[in-house]
Amino acid sequence: MTERNPASIEVQGLVREFRKGPRAVDGIDLRVAPGEIYGFLGPNGAGKSTTVLMLTTLLPPTAGSARVGGYDVVTQGPQVRGVIGAALQESALDPFLTGREHMRLQGALEGLSRSERTDRGEELLARVGLMEAADRKVRGYSGGMKRRLDLALALVHRPQILFLDEPTTGLDIQSRAALWDEVARLAGEDGVTVFLTTQYLEEADTLADRVGIIDHGRIVAEGTPAALKEEIGRPSVEAIPADEADFDAVVAVLQRFGERTLASRHGAAVRLGDADLSDIVRALDQQNLKVQHLQLHAPSLNDVFLAKTGRSLEGAGDQESDERARQASEAPAPATA
Amino acid sequence: MNTALATQIGQLARRSIVRTMRQPAQIVPALVFPLFLLAVNAGGLNQATKLPGFPTDSYLTFALAITFMQGAMFALMNAGTDLANDVETGFLNRLALTPLRGSALLTGMLSGVVVLGFIQAITYLLVGVTAGAHIAAGVGGVLTIFALTFLMTLGFGALGSAAALRTGSGEAVQGLFPLFFVLLFLSSMSLPRNLIQADWFREVATWNPVSYLIEAIRSLLITGWDGEALALGFAVAASLIVVGTVLASLALRTRLVRT
Repeated sequence: MTERNPASIEVQGLVREFRKGPRAVDGIDLRVAPGEIYGFLGPNGAGKSTTVLMLTTLLPPTAGSARVGGYDVVTQGPQVRGVIGAALQESALDPFLTGREHMRLQGALEGLSRSERTDRGEELLARVGLMEAADRKVRGYSGGMKRRLDLALALVHRPQILFLDEPTTGLDIQSRAALWDEVARLAGEDGVTVFLTTQYLEEADTLADRVGIIDHGRIVAEGTPAALKEEIGRPSVEAIPADEADFDAVVAVLQRFGERTLASRHGAAVRLGDADLSDIVRALDQQNLKVQHLQLHAPSLNDVFLAKTGRSLEGAGDQESDERARQASEAPAPATA
Repeated sequence: MNTALATQIGQLARRSIVRTMRQPAQIVPALVFPLFLLAVNAGGLNQATKLPGFPTDSYLTFALAITFMQGAMFALMNAGTDLANDVETGFLNRLALTPLRGSALLTGMLSGVVVLGFIQAITYLLVGVTAGAHIAAGVGGVLTIFALTFLMTLGFGALGSAAALRTGSGEAVQGLFPLFFVLLFLSSMSLPRNLIQADWFREVATWNPVSYLIEAIRSLLITGWDGEALALGFAVAASLIVVGTVLASLALRTRLVRT
């Protein structure tokens, strides 16, 4: 039931077990407010898509309960489907139909009248920037165009709640940014609640009002990106000695300023206590230790994932080692030191 | 039928027809392959007409019936492959999120192969008649052939859909094609059953429902109006539709899991 402060999505103890596998989703609780963008962040195989399938009524839960738009996903499936739109993991399109034909079909199946179908189809094609390609067969579309059409199709019947399962996976930066803009506009201007799964830290950080981090079917952290990073606290500093022989000495200096944490292959890093970067620079200088690289890392959602699971998010799904994954995650990060 | 259901069926039928017509890889083999086999059979087996008791002196007319059967088997493969693609790409999930009814999905999805079935039937008849085949039952016989072709296409298409929904794999559906071809070869395809020498072969052909589909069409081409042959042919085609639809509906119930 919807009460005084109705949630768009309300999940309690949701479980999904597959016959010959582990619990894909292992008792998750979450609540998403109307108009909120909720980022569901986790590595491959964490249980994100299984959760989306249950919330969109395409997979019955093994246990627990979930209400979407005030309706129970198990007993009120048709009502749930009436208030949601979904773009699932793959762009589920017919390669032999055009974009416009897709819009017409979706509108008809959603019960729109003939004129509504045309108007809404044109409106959405224009909104996602596909008017010029509207009469081209979808098999000639780029990945970004397919994703945009997918999004437009999910919006045909003006849903209150939108599920996007890894909507930008495999897209180039421009396509990703365009989709983010559209999702932000939907939530900001149209008041659509967005439940978005992603394995991209930046996507969750940039787009989501709140983030739930899922690993092995359990939510290990939840909150606004800022609050989650704040939980981690102080930034870390990483140094790579100019001379490998100085490694132990550099570690000793760094450890005077904080607790040691994971670093790249040739580097040493500490989570800063009360000191700041200038204190470390002075201390290294006093010891006459030269470094080829010194970097201050602000806490990221990856650090949150690392703190909660002991593993790095990038590579967690494909069993990469933590150190290599950390290297990968830090490579594109802007240096702030 | 209410308006919403009619709209759903109409839109899915339109999609099915459009996508079929945009796939030459579905259309060309379905038209050419049966005609190629007809040419080979008519050219190579004409001496069979000299056998005592052979019902016609034109093996072309005798063999023309086989093309319709082969065409229906292409319907199985095409309908199944299209639906399996929808499962594989997630398009079926997209449809499942709409208020779509399962009956509309199956009916609409089979429209493409039914239309292709008509195109096939017209082509086979035109080519056959142009090459010298007869249609003993005349214009009424042509219409009856179309009616039977419609039912056969629907029945085999439903079987293909059932396989697609059960397996979710286009490759699995295509794997069925040779099996059905074996059924075709073990029927009265090449000779009337009473002229098949080997007892086991004659027995198998008698039990094989494909024989009755071919014999119904063949009766219209060679004999004229043979009530028994037509009744058996239409009964087999109707049974195929029932079996195919039941199997497809059961498979759809499992595949289209939504609460």
